[in-house]
Amino acid sequence: MRVRARDFVELVIERSLFLCAAGSILITLGIVLVLLFETVNFLREVPISDFLFGTVWTPLFLNKQFGVLPLVGGTLLTSSIAMGVALPAGLLTAIYLSEYAANGVRRYVRPVLEVLAGVPTVVYGYFALQFVTPVLQGFIPGLAGFNALGPGIVMGLMILPLVSSLSEDALRSVPSGLREGAYALGATRMQTSLRVIVPAAFSGISAAAILAISRAIGETMIVAIAAGQQPRLTLDPRVPVETMTAYIVQVSLGDTPAGTLEYRTIFAVGMMLFLGTFALNLASNRLRNRFREEYA
Amino acid sequence: MNTIAEPVARKTRGISLRHTGDRLLASFGFLVMLLALAALATLLFDIIHDGAGRLSWQFVTSYPSRLPEQAGILAALAGSVFVIGLTAVVAIPLGVGAAIYLEEYEQRGRLSRIIEINISNLAGVPSIIYGLLGLGLFVRMLAMGRSVMAGACTLALLVLPVVIISTREALRAVPGSLREASYALGATKWQTIQSQVLPAAFPGILTGLILALSRAVGETAPLITIGALTYVPFLPDGVWSDFTVLPIQIFNWVSRPQAAFAENAAAGILVLLLLLLAMNSIAIVLRDRFQRRAG
Repeated sequence: MRVRARDFVELVIERSLFLCAAGSILITLGIVLVLLFETVNFLREVPISDFLFGTVWTPLFLNKQFGVLPLVGGTLLTSSIAMGVALPAGLLTAIYLSEYAANGVRRYVRPVLEVLAGVPTVVYGYFALQFVTPVLQGFIPGLAGFNALGPGIVMGLMILPLVSSLSEDALRSVPSGLREGAYALGATRMQTSLRVIVPAAFSGISAAAILAISRAIGETMIVAIAAGQQPRLTLDPRVPVETMTAYIVQVSLGDTPAGTLEYRTIFAVGMMLFLGTFALNLASNRLRNRFREEYA
Repeated sequence: MNTIAEPVARKTRGISLRHTGDRLLASFGFLVMLLALAALATLLFDIIHDGAGRLSWQFVTSYPSRLPEQAGILAALAGSVFVIGLTAVVAIPLGVGAAIYLEEYEQRGRLSRIIEINISNLAGVPSIIYGLLGLGLFVRMLAMGRSVMAGACTLALLVLPVVIISTREALRAVPGSLREASYALGATKWQTIQSQVLPAAFPGILTGLILALSRAVGETAPLITIGALTYVPFLPDGVWSDFTVLPIQIFNWVSRPQAAFAENAAAGILVLLLLLLAMNSIAIVLRDRFQRRAG
C-alpha cells in the first residue's frame, strides 16, 4: 500500500500537536529541576535543620542566619487574615446567590464580583498601603504603616470571588431532590441551606477553601508592597512582617549575583512555596473530584 | 378557649421566629455581598481620586524621572505592549496546539491523563515560581539576560495553562455533528479541524486568549524575579533589549515615600486598568457575538 502524502502530513501534524501538549510536562519538570538544583546547592552550605527550624532570617546581613520560620510565619499570618475575610464572606455570598437571590441579581452580581479577581495585584497593593492601612490606623492604635492586617484584608477581598463562585457552583450542584425534601418536611430556607445544602456540598466548599489558601500563600505583590520587609516571627498583625514571596521580590530587586548563597536562598524559599501550594492544589483537586462523583 | 389558643399562639410565634432567622440569613448574605461590591467601588474611587489629576498627555509620553512631576510611563507602556505581544507569539501556537491535541486527538490514554492533571496543577502554581523558573532557565541557563525575550518566555509559560484550558472549552463547544459531516465528505482529521472545527471555535478561542493575555499584562512578580529593571529611560529596541513594564513602574513608584510618587502610581494604575478594560471589553463583545450566532 502506498503511503500518501496526505497521511504523512496528518502524521506530522499529530506528532507536532502532541509535542505541544507534552511540553506542559517539561514546564513542571523545569520548575522542579531549577528549584531543586539551587536548593541542593543551598543545603550544602546550610544544614537543613537550621533552615527549617531556625527562627532568625538574616541572609542579607553581615551575621547571616538562615532560619526560614519567620518568613513562613509571616506568610501564614497574612494568609490567615485573608482567609478570615474571604471564607465567611465568600460562603455567605455564595449561599445568598445560590439559595436566595433572584436570577437577575445573580446574573449581574457574579461578573462584577469576578472583576475583583481580575484586578492586577499591584493595584491591590497600592490600595492596601495607601487606603486600607491609613483607614485602619484611625481606630487601631499602634498599627504600623507596614503591617500584616491591611494587606491581609485586601488579599481576602482578592480571593473572595474564588471562594464565592466555587462554593456557589458546589451549592448549586447539590441535587434539587435534597432541597425539595427539606422543604417538604417544613424546613425554612435557612434550615435547608445551613443543615442540608451546605453539609451536602461540604467537600466542594472545602475544595474552594483550600484553593483559596493556596492562592493566598502564593500571592506576592500585595504583601511585598504593604506588609513590609522585616522577617519577624510574630502573631501581632499590627507590625511589619515579611512573607516568603515578599522575600523573593526583595532579593530580586537588589543586585545579588548568581551563584552566591543569597541568590540560592530565593530558590530554597521558592521550593518551600512550590511544595506547599502544590500539596494544597492536589488536595483541592481530589476533594472536588470526590464531590463530582458523589452527585454525578 | 385559652387552653386551645395558647399552643397555637406559641406555634405561630415559633414560626415567625423561624422566619426571622430566614430573613436574617438572607439580609446578612445580601449585606456581605454588597460590602464586597462596595469595596470594589471604593478601590476604583480611591484610585481615580488619587490619580486622575496626574493623568495627562505629558504623563503618557514621558520617560521616568527623579522628579515626580516630570516622570511618565512611556518606557513602561511600550515595554508592556512589546512583552505581551511577544508572549502571545510564544504562547498561542503552543497553547492552542496542545489544546487541539488534548481535545481532538487524545486517545484517553494514560499519557494524556497525566498531561491533563499536570496542566491543571500548573494553573495553580504561584506566578512568582514561574519567575524563578524564568530566572534559572531563560535568564541564566539560556543566557537571555533580563531581556524582553526572557520576560515574554516567562509570561508565556505562566499563561499557557490558561490558554490550553480556555481553548479546550471553546473546542468542546463545537458540535460533533460538524466533525462527522466533514468526515462523511471524505476530509481527513486535520482537514476537518483546520476548515471546520477551528473556524467554528475561533471566537471562543480568541476570547480565551485575550483574557489570558490580560492576565499577563497585570503580572508583576515573575518579571521582577527575572530581574526586569525598574528604571528604564529608553524604549526597548529589540527582543534582546532591557525593559520594564507598567506594573513594575507602578510598584517602583508605590515603594517610594514621597506622596507625589504615590500620585504617579495611581495615575499609572488608571492607565493599566483602562488597558485591561479595553482588552476585556473586546473579549466580551466577541463572546456575545459568538453566542448570538450559535443561538
